[in-house]
Amino acid sequence: MKQPFEKVVARHGVTVLRVCRALLGVHDADDAWSETFLSALRAYPDLPETANVEAWLVTIARRKAIDVHRATKRNAVAVEALPETPSDLGVPGGDDTDLWDAVVRLPDKQRQAITYRYLAGMSHAEIAAILGGTVDAARRAAADGLNTLRKGYPGAHAKGASS
Amino acid sequence: MNDILGVLSAPVDPETMARLHARLAREAESEGLVDVAYTVVDSPVGRLLLAATPKGLVRVAYQNEDHDRVLEMLASKISPRVLHAPRRLETAVREIDEYFGRLRRTFDLPLDLSLSHGFRQLVQKHLPEIGYGQTLSYRQVAELVGSPRAVRAVGTACATNPLPVVVPCHRVLRTDGSLGGYIGGLDAKTTLLNLEAAA
Repeated sequence: MKQPFEKVVARHGVTVLRVCRALLGVHDADDAWSETFLSALRAYPDLPETANVEAWLVTIARRKAIDVHRATKRNAVAVEALPETPSDLGVPGGDDTDLWDAVVRLPDKQRQAITYRYLAGMSHAEIAAILGGTVDAARRAAADGLNTLRKGYPGAHAKGASS
Repeated sequence: MNDILGVLSAPVDPETMARLHARLAREAESEGLVDVAYTVVDSPVGRLLLAATPKGLVRVAYQNEDHDRVLEMLASKISPRVLHAPRRLETAVREIDEYFGRLRRTFDLPLDLSLSHGFRQLVQKHLPEIGYGQTLSYRQVAELVGSPRAVRAVGTACATNPLPVVVPCHRVLRTDGSLGGYIGGLDAKTTLLNLEAAA
């Protein structure tokens, strides 16, 4: 039996937001989140009952993130001016926005691979289906993405480990 | 690696999710995508779930009915596009507050009776004719709807009323004056009857 859509939002809303943040940065993630759930609500009655709802939402979120990304590029919106609101990522002490921006700067495949793997909990096979490559390539992209982040994000690297 | 994944998968604070949800409800409503909007209100008879289609109030549910199960029922019987969207229920919430505050005796709300059919719906349509503070027996209601021998069916119609409180099935008692049954439990029925008797 199909769950009330409210349940879908409650169960997957946070994951979809993380995916949007990873694909777009914190600034534009809210728009993509809204577009994702609006689009999902529209199509929900036709979704097969056996469907993997989270994978379905992540696929929509990816499409919406691409739309938002194109729109901001075309309008040449400056990304440097983040809204002057406190970080709402819930981790005290860390400047998390930097990390989200670092994620956004990753090469496209790496960014998507770590997003789907670590934020949406998808299997490498599911990710390969979205990215259109082999399972090994998906696994490698996730590992490479994480390595890049580790190098570029000081919080994840011991101070003075390299000079 | 754990640092990075920890930050990326850190909890998102509830205010952010509430803000996003409110925006979704607003946009979904304006695009006509909310087939069933609902909210939950506190009342002297416990938390009440109120649900409305674009046509009108379609369900009032007591807590003992299990709100999650009621929402699942609405999803399967009406549409899975069920969303917590309080705006559509603003008038209903106000009228229910006024009723419990003894400021209102009749409800003036569009109703969607599509959850009941046939004789049950006929009975439920007639129930508002029982005035505030008055009671009728199941037998009298059977006579009222023109089926004097359908006393049991009237009982079933009252027991399956999808809109308790608003459609006043609590004003129907046994012929001997005892309470009979009530979807929200006998305590709730007593509370409603006392509220109306005191006014």
